[in-house]
Amino acid sequence: MKLHEYQAKAIFARYGIPVPKGGVAATPAEAGEIARSLGGRAVVKAQVHAGGRGKGGGIVVSNTPEEAERAAGSILGKRLVTTQTGPEGVPVGKVLVEEVAAISRELYLAMTVDRAAQGPVMIASESGGMNIEQVAAQEPEKILTEHIDPLIGFQPFQGRRLSYALHLEPELVRPASELMGALYRIFTENDCSLVEINPMAVIGQGQIVALDAKLNLDDDALSRHPELREMRDPDQEEPLEALAEEYSISYVKLDGNVACLVNGAGLAMATMDVIKVAGGHPANFLDVGGGATEEKVAQAVKLMLSDPQVKWVLVNIFGGILRCDIAARGIIDGYRSEGAALPLLVRMRGTNVDEGRQILADSDLDVTFADSLTELAEIMKVAVG
Amino acid sequence: MSILVDENTRVVVQGITGSEGSFHAKQCIAYGTNVVAGVTPGRGGQLFEKQVPVFNTVEQAVKETGADTSFVMVPAAFAMDAILEAADCGVSLVLCITEGMPVLDVVRVLPYFKQRGVRLIGPNCPGVISPGSLCKIGIMPGNIHSPGSVGVVSRSGTLTYEVVAQLTELGIGQSTCVGIGGDPLVGSSFVDILRLFNDDPETDRVVLIGEIGGTMEQEAAEYIKAEFTKPVAALVAGVTAPPGKRMGHAGAIITGASATAEAKLQAFKEAGARIIPSPAEIGSTARELVPAQR
Repeated sequence: MKLHEYQAKAIFARYGIPVPKGGVAATPAEAGEIARSLGGRAVVKAQVHAGGRGKGGGIVVSNTPEEAERAAGSILGKRLVTTQTGPEGVPVGKVLVEEVAAISRELYLAMTVDRAAQGPVMIASESGGMNIEQVAAQEPEKILTEHIDPLIGFQPFQGRRLSYALHLEPELVRPASELMGALYRIFTENDCSLVEINPMAVIGQGQIVALDAKLNLDDDALSRHPELREMRDPDQEEPLEALAEEYSISYVKLDGNVACLVNGAGLAMATMDVIKVAGGHPANFLDVGGGATEEKVAQAVKLMLSDPQVKWVLVNIFGGILRCDIAARGIIDGYRSEGAALPLLVRMRGTNVDEGRQILADSDLDVTFADSLTELAEIMKVAVG
Repeated sequence: MSILVDENTRVVVQGITGSEGSFHAKQCIAYGTNVVAGVTPGRGGQLFEKQVPVFNTVEQAVKETGADTSFVMVPAAFAMDAILEAADCGVSLVLCITEGMPVLDVVRVLPYFKQRGVRLIGPNCPGVISPGSLCKIGIMPGNIHSPGSVGVVSRSGTLTYEVVAQLTELGIGQSTCVGIGGDPLVGSSFVDILRLFNDDPETDRVVLIGEIGGTMEQEAAEYIKAEFTKPVAALVAGVTAPPGKRMGHAGAIITGASATAEAKLQAFKEAGARIIPSPAEIGSTARELVPAQR
């Protein structure tokens, strides 16, 4: 789950990480009011779960409260398109209005888990304000990493090591190290998957400030952070994916026209790959899960059918805990409640497979059966031919 | 022979009285697995299915029954506690089936296992099965497996069943099948399992099933190139997956160029592994591997 910049900055402030003065606004008038309280000059930032806001027109510097109000009016309620969103963009429901900082240096600082090293890692760079993956690819020597022992935690010497390597002024080494320690605590205490400050700026008379804030949470740990779960903004998510989330169905919308319902994430990806090799284009990733009920399968089918691009529905169930007869009944329910007539291609194996096939064969659905993935691929090839 | 588990393995099931735990414990016993104990705090003294003694703690279970392997089937909220208890109580192998463990829990668990010299498989894995020894410690359907000499190692669950079913249908049996788990951090990597297959005289070929996300496949490719003596067929699921989206498994997310299926397949190609062109052709590709001399 992703947080908005203003939500992440509120957490930063609680842990003592300096952030610019400002406030969040849902209306142009509120934005103007905040700008006035900041002395007039302000930066108005669209709150969306996507990067590239500056180039997309989502960040506007205003010189007067009236300008801030106008800027907010031009952003709020619109959809912002950036390089990281699709062409349809994401809706802007709030703007963050902040004081404008006099930046002398832009740095990068982040915390994440290094999968290869199997532990937390702090990443820092003097090349702040840029796309860090690009920096890593083009100038890997500019990326500093500090691996952290999870049983010991982040130590001040690690903060000093990074600070000196970032060529910070001597008087900034201590505050920077403290900021890094706070970032580590934010990361672990809130079960984050990523916390990123880009840019972390040196401003005015030698002060370090988090000008931007990105915070992603580990979905599997949300149950122990109910206060963070409250911060979810479903408006930022793909509507079908948000709906799937409510049903606890693992679903990712894609651009193709062959919907696929599978049990198991690996098999779901493999099924998509089979469709692709056969010349088709998957409309989605969908893992209905191991212990799915008839109702959950029906919800999954309805979800897939509500994507208007879908022309075929493909089911690949390797029944273990999930019984094929239950899946079959769920599929029929889903089709009925949507009144759908799309052709259905079914491959089932495992527990109660004969019963499952019989139920589908006896229904009025336009169903074709495949015994193996090979046969599935061949039928697919003809279908999309 | 096989790797990790065989007819001599003595299994304790943590969470044996839960709905998932009891169902799968029964399935394992029916397959032939030597389940010697169960653990559910507060249920000590009971007999599971009139034959398996249940204990309050893993320590008691190990002391009374000589259990050496723990099969963990507890909900995610209790998984960290359960696997730490197992590691602390003298078993040498812990298989954690549980899905949805927070990543930072796993981060803390791994060094604890390393310190004690205990091997962890999972979390979020289907388990391990050695068909020739009739030993299944996991949630996979036993009837699709057949004894033989192909080692299978995979990050996924049902896709592994697909692999095994294709192999068995072509008359290709398996020595041991290991699901290492679909999470970003897991106790045993591809390389850890490949090392065991390398030393196992019963295994003469390996089918490896990778996924998008992370760089574990590249590490496996390096190891295969440098040290592995047996032919490998490799598949990487998620060729069609878009970047930045979690494809079900917490670990299956493309976060950079090296996490893509293309990069992983390229690494396997350079390591001399046979690339499985489509998930529909796993069995037929494995059939073409020339078994290593034993």
